[in-house]
Amino acid sequence: MISARAYGDNGKMKEYHYTGPVEHKFSPYAFNGGTVLAVAGEDFALVASDTRLSEGYSIHSRDSPKCYKLTDTTVIGCSGFHGDCLTLTKIIEARLKMYKHSNNKSMTSGAIAAMLSTILYGKRFFPYYVYNIIGGLDEEGRGAVYSFDPVGSYQRDTYKAGGSASAMLQPLLDNQIGFKNMENVEQLPLTLEKAVQLVKDVFISAAERDVYTGDALKICIITKEGIREEIVPLRKD
Amino acid sequence: MALLDVCGISDWVKEDTFSAQKASVDRVNHFNFAAREPELAVPIGVDPAEFLKPFTDCEDGVEGVTIKLEHGTTTLAFKFQHGVMVAVDSRASAGAYVSTQMFKKVIEINPYLLGTMSGSAADCVYWERVLARECRIYKLRNKERISVSAASKLLANMVANYRGMGLSMGTMICGWDKKGPGLYYVDDNGLRLSGNMFSTGSGNSYAYGVMDSGYRYDLTVPEAYDLAQRAIFHATHRDAYSGGTVNMYHMQETGWIKVSQEDVGELYHRFAAEKK
Repeated sequence: MISARAYGDNGKMKEYHYTGPVEHKFSPYAFNGGTVLAVAGEDFALVASDTRLSEGYSIHSRDSPKCYKLTDTTVIGCSGFHGDCLTLTKIIEARLKMYKHSNNKSMTSGAIAAMLSTILYGKRFFPYYVYNIIGGLDEEGRGAVYSFDPVGSYQRDTYKAGGSASAMLQPLLDNQIGFKNMENVEQLPLTLEKAVQLVKDVFISAAERDVYTGDALKICIITKEGIREEIVPLRKD
Repeated sequence: MALLDVCGISDWVKEDTFSAQKASVDRVNHFNFAAREPELAVPIGVDPAEFLKPFTDCEDGVEGVTIKLEHGTTTLAFKFQHGVMVAVDSRASAGAYVSTQMFKKVIEINPYLLGTMSGSAADCVYWERVLARECRIYKLRNKERISVSAASKLLANMVANYRGMGLSMGTMICGWDKKGPGLYYVDDNGLRLSGNMFSTGSGNSYAYGVMDSGYRYDLTVPEAYDLAQRAIFHATHRDAYSGGTVNMYHMQETGWIKVSQEDVGELYHRFAAEKK
């Protein structure tokens, strides 16, 4: 169905004028869609992403998850331009190995976040078009979420949504996890079961209204026992 | 020169200025990953500021690709008889979307130095972290804390190398050193000003209005806290890109203390109740 925008204000079709040959400049970026979400609890962290890879009106793949495991306690979710996501994760993994070899221990979540900030800023003038969210456990075993902008500005959060449906998910999380704009409500700490159910519900809603989100949901659950994965099907249309 | 290298003097000649010839090759290579020397990559053959414009400034970007960087603020600082007051909001916006309402816009460089951030979040966070590292190195080399004047000069000179390339940073360096309380404004053009009162960011005009109407050098401490809080609050009320919470710091002779962090919504009800 053609949306109403093809028609001008007064109901007639818009007139097309021939403007001459148009030069299309090469754009080094593309938008491949996808949504990522991370939630930190008292002793767990969740990183969830959909698995659809799209470009324009096409879907390239229905099985392209956006969560990448970095260490036993840290997972990163990257959405935006898939080419930059792949290169960025390769660089992060190489830097992790370098750190492990020089310091004889794995990088902590906080250290990975600080390092990613400088890696991203290193390309301040030709950014990685990637929206990153790191989820993991900090040194005390508490859940930690770090969210980034494309050039490396970052913050530690309790929950964050990034990617194409982020503007739809974030307000819902603000209300359900942050208890924003709710009066006289008992603020119970978030349990793992409730968080997983919330993430599933939230992605099902996002798949309804965002064309770039759907196909399947992959949740990485990080606890002190390790990283567990759950896959939930979503709408494929 | 071999002798120069053996003496280690070549370290003193630091190559951190922007040179167009060297920048014509993408120097961030994938073998050392900028792990030893921090390097900034520059797109080949294009003006970096113009290169990013179609992606960041236009509503629809280029073929659906919009890179929105986190921005926006109101920050203020003023000197008075009991030291320096610093107050900031905490909203970070990416285009029209509010990325977060709880962004830390004051960086605690050391117990006697604070830096505020406004403009592009990533630029401020990165360059103030580099400044914190330089201040620490100064302290280790010279066995005394760096002065506020020197710290602000370091920052101004660092960003002046990238002038015209699209950085956006307006910061205030506040501290207490041997000369007493210090307050400097530093921005992305390399401008550095010393003064008694500054406000930066998209909401700065609103904050100036409130600050100017209530400011005296001989304010008491509670009065200064109230003035700083009100100025930021009024700026968040009228400026769309400022909001969240008001974070206040007080720089005293014994170092800084964090005074309060109050949500702007709560402040609104408190001030409204006062009016009645």
